[in-house]
Amino acid sequence: MLFGKRKETKQAPDAETAAQYGGQISVKNADLFYGDFQALKNIGIEIPEKKITAFIGPSGCGKSTFLKCFNRMNDLVQGCRITGEFRIGDVDIYGNIDVNELRRNVGMVFQKPNPFPMSVYDNIAYGPRTFGIKKRAALDEIVERSLKQAAMWDELKDRLNKSALGLSGGQQQRLCIARALAVNPHVILMDEPTSALDPISTGKIEELCMELKKEVTVVIVTHNMQQAVRISDKTAFFLLGDLIEYGDTDEIFTAPKQKQTENYITGRFG
Amino acid sequence: MSARKYLEEGLAEMNMALKEMCVLVEDMIDQTVTALTENDTALAAGIHARDKKVDEYEMDIERMCMRLLLKEQPVAADFRSVSTTLKVITDIERIGDQAGDIGELIAANGGVVLKADAARLKMMGILAKDMVKNSVDSFIFSDEKLADETAKKDDRMDELFIEVKNGLIAFMKEKPDNADDALVLMMIAKYFERIGDHAVNVCEWTKYEETGEHVKFQ
Repeated sequence: MLFGKRKETKQAPDAETAAQYGGQISVKNADLFYGDFQALKNIGIEIPEKKITAFIGPSGCGKSTFLKCFNRMNDLVQGCRITGEFRIGDVDIYGNIDVNELRRNVGMVFQKPNPFPMSVYDNIAYGPRTFGIKKRAALDEIVERSLKQAAMWDELKDRLNKSALGLSGGQQQRLCIARALAVNPHVILMDEPTSALDPISTGKIEELCMELKKEVTVVIVTHNMQQAVRISDKTAFFLLGDLIEYGDTDEIFTAPKQKQTENYITGRFG
Repeated sequence: MSARKYLEEGLAEMNMALKEMCVLVEDMIDQTVTALTENDTALAAGIHARDKKVDEYEMDIERMCMRLLLKEQPVAADFRSVSTTLKVITDIERIGDQAGDIGELIAANGGVVLKADAARLKMMGILAKDMVKNSVDSFIFSDEKLADETAKKDDRMDELFIEVKNGLIAFMKEKPDNADDALVLMMIAKYFERIGDHAVNVCEWTKYEETGEHVKFQ
């Protein structure tokens, strides 16, 4: 299968409607090119549902690029070409699917918190409204559930109508997680979600990840080795576009099988 | 310059202190053999006193390990190196205790005349020292082959213990008046045999440090 930049379709065709999204991610023979440059080389990985999987590796190794394949963020990149098979649950996400539906099932949180310039309430309600939920009572319930899931309800319940931009960086990031949760995703992708946060806010996000995995699959890109050790169940090490090693985090960080992994995580790399 | 200069310096310092601790314990075992064969109570009493220094080494190395874990947050081989060192010093400290106990036994009994199985008991002491030295060397120099060879020597240690035990039983039957001395010798033999067991533990930690797999020598 070969596909380049796709036009996003709003409606899922009949052939794909039977397929169900789920928390498991399965990738086979994935290659990704930016023009002539190959950024990912024949990647295969099985990411289990309701676990935290960490992607580690030096800058430019392809880990964020790979993460963005899971909700087709790379479709927006000019000259990006992807081949291979990507399945989330039963859905072939590079098949003829509704990309909006994909992104409802696969939420994403970025390095820099990016709340919308609107109230806390409207930030959370934005996604559900996009998917047609208009009734106030239903939206109220979603906002409360999402903020509770993100462990923010108590601190924000009296500030729902205040601007989200007035929150601290850590609160903004957790609000972004709550916003992603509002549409009931199966997977949440996190691209260095704590690199701009202080240790307390980082701790809260990590704690939140541990809670979230009871319900959703979390895939996190991190440069913080200790963070990967603390929260992830599985770790994948990338180097120059190759997936060098993938396994249980405990094993990767106590007895990695590949010398390149050992050199990187012990700081002897380069 | 390595990106982990301070970690590497810390690991080298930790290994150096471990080697010093081990040399001290080896010397104590040497002295037990001398005190035993030469019936030297003064030397024997001194061995027990040196055990205090072994305890100090254990605490110092433990502090070094804790500091490395806290400040350098080692992973993979570095993590195994620090965590296994914490286990190894416990074994070496116990070996120091047992050498000290042998010294105390000899001193407390006004010397022990080797009337039975002198040669075998001495062999146990020499073998114990050899096993301790080689087990710690295997650990410090990451030498799995030496660990395997050293662990195998424990079979000979066990054989010697059985032979000494049988010899002492026969001796006590023959000369019941000398049963006190025989019992002291029996305890000394048991301490040497236990030292061998601790050396085998160190060999097992060498294997784990190298491979990440727990190995149990039979």
